Amino acid sequence: MSEHSSSYKPSNAFTRWMDERLPIIRLVYDSFGVFPTPRNLNYLWTFGGILTFCLLVQIVTGIVIAMHFVAHGDHAFASVEHLMRDVNWGDLIRYTHAVGASMFFFAAYVHIFRGLYYGSYKSPREILWILGVIILLMMIITAFMGYSLVWGQMSFWAVTVITNLFTAIPIVGESITQWIWGGYSVGDPTLNRLFSLHYLFPFIIAALVGLHIWALHVVGSNNPTGVEVKTKEDTLSFFPYFVIKDGFMVIMFALLFSWFVFYAPNYLGHSDNYIEANPLQTPPHIVPEWYFLPFYAILRAIPDKLFGVIAMVLAIVVLFVIPWLDTSKIKSVKYRPMFKPFFWLFVITCLALGYLGAKAPEGYYLLASRLFTAYYFIHFLVVMPVVGLIEKPKALPDSITESVTGKSSPEETAKEGAQS
Amino acid sequence: MKVNVMKHNPSGLFKKLSLAGAAFMLAGTFALSPAMAAGGEPGPEIKRQDWSFNGFNGKYNKAQLQRGFGVYKEVCSACHGLKLLSYRNLAQKGGPEFSKEQALAIAKEATVIDGVDDSGDPKERPGKLSDRFQSPFKNEAEARSANNGAYPPDFSVLAKARTIHRHVPWYTEPYYWAYDIVTAYEEKGSDYIYALLTGYGTAPNGVTLGDGMSYNKVFAGHQIAMAAPLTEDAVEYTDGTPTTVEQHAKDVTAFMAWASEPHLNARKDLGKRVQIYLLILALLLFLAKRSVWSRVKH
Repeated sequence: MSEHSSSYKPSNAFTRWMDERLPIIRLVYDSFGVFPTPRNLNYLWTFGGILTFCLLVQIVTGIVIAMHFVAHGDHAFASVEHLMRDVNWGDLIRYTHAVGASMFFFAAYVHIFRGLYYGSYKSPREILWILGVIILLMMIITAFMGYSLVWGQMSFWAVTVITNLFTAIPIVGESITQWIWGGYSVGDPTLNRLFSLHYLFPFIIAALVGLHIWALHVVGSNNPTGVEVKTKEDTLSFFPYFVIKDGFMVIMFALLFSWFVFYAPNYLGHSDNYIEANPLQTPPHIVPEWYFLPFYAILRAIPDKLFGVIAMVLAIVVLFVIPWLDTSKIKSVKYRPMFKPFFWLFVITCLALGYLGAKAPEGYYLLASRLFTAYYFIHFLVVMPVVGLIEKPKALPDSITESVTGKSSPEETAKEGAQS
Repeated sequence: MKVNVMKHNPSGLFKKLSLAGAAFMLAGTFALSPAMAAGGEPGPEIKRQDWSFNGFNGKYNKAQLQRGFGVYKEVCSACHGLKLLSYRNLAQKGGPEFSKEQALAIAKEATVIDGVDDSGDPKERPGKLSDRFQSPFKNEAEARSANNGAYPPDFSVLAKARTIHRHVPWYTEPYYWAYDIVTAYEEKGSDYIYALLTGYGTAPNGVTLGDGMSYNKVFAGHQIAMAAPLTEDAVEYTDGTPTTVEQHAKDVTAFMAWASEPHLNARKDLGKRVQIYLLILALLLFLAKRSVWSRVKH
């Protein structure tokens, strides 16, 4: 896969002419046509395609919303309602965008946990993984800014809480915060820059996705066994096998997506955000959207503001270095009996932090937040390096083909291939 | 913590998390509606009402919306605005569907300030269909001074700006999240408003109400500046519907739900068409996928 020979042969005069000038047909043919993909990928590997779909949906609906949105404190809320009421199918465009953010994060989290389970961050895929973490970071910032644009109570106070975190920086904190606000409090200049950047970032994400796919196509997909591709028999061409599989799952995903958009568009949101922003009235509970709750729980678990912010940022930054924190050479958790329960404990930890992020930080909730926050970091900083060193992994299959057909001899596999 | 999980051997669990199973389970577990998180003072349990617009199939009832508009006009509009709606909305499909003439007659009752006359004074004229609903007060200050310091909220999106909080043990919460998703429970705000409108009563012993305040078992803190707005026979119904407080409350709440979500009927209709299309497409893609993959062992 890492050899860059191309099997594309232009079939007519135009494609030959084109190929000598801009080999774009060759690029598509090599990347999405014959690209060799492990034959044993399960359905969790379709989430890359699903995420591409999500990004496209967000960009298309977002561009239309921007045609109607007014980035001004006095008009933002009303302009969103104008879109919902007076623009043909405007309610659907906006709901698709709002629900789409949730769907995007849902798919991204499945994609990330798939990578964690099957060790997709390990050599030679470190750069691929790091690009993914950068995309996650950009998604978080973009989604946060987008939510603020509605200029409801929860928007306004979320911006206030999050921008105030910058005041935790020693000495220059206050200056930085005022620079971000463009004034002495959250106001019109803040709303304008949030809008400007919210429009810019998705295109940066799209470029990063390009790099992510490029890196993927250099090293090839990981697979459920974690055993690298050895022979041609281990792979199938991307078209038609994976195009059809991804396509099917994108539509299944769209069905879930459409349930929320058409029948429960406000379920994932907060009712307070239908109250127009009021700087003089703080809502009783300021909570972020569900996809930020685990990070919010970590922020509030730490009694000190500065260290809380640091912990929250570290919760994402730690993902950058896990290719080197994980000492095991075995990729797939399937073959790691000692690590497996820790993996599931980590999943439970993330779900629990999500639950706790929506609760008031007091009593048992606070205690639980602290315990789970501790395990979040212990998992990466202690369990990953230590278990990898002392664990005795299960026997791996010799090859991907063996794991699929149960046969190991190449002759038999060749015969099998000839028959089908 | 660790010990517990290791005893409970989770191997094989992951396989079960395939596909839609994974999607729905995770949607259920992740879809923490933060709204439910807010604690506050535990009021009484607010019941889910049997709205005509409930769930994935529900639609507004035209006659109910017309009655509800009557209640709004006769009772609520003295203090509560509806500034995001236009008079023409009253005649639009999927709403109360008054005739254009009826909507125009309603619009004409309002006085609208439109531009200035030759001497530079504001010019008044009767309302048109294209005008927004005129609010009862010029601004918040006037509203507060007329209402004992309280500010009657605008009704335009109020039915979506309120919610209910269930009082259930924490370990049952995921069940309710999933239940609310599957049953498309979007009417929490309407349920709250109905409960509030019918939640007035005399203050229990030991509760002293502030000056001009009323006791309401649903309102946070139980003291509300709005006196019980609905009384029996407050509004005349021409269609023979009983004019009880409960019926008035139901009708005006339905009207408020429509005001906050005027395209609900069309949205749910289109949803069904889109989903049937997607289902057929998914089936075709699944068959195509199976046929393509039958060429190889996998």
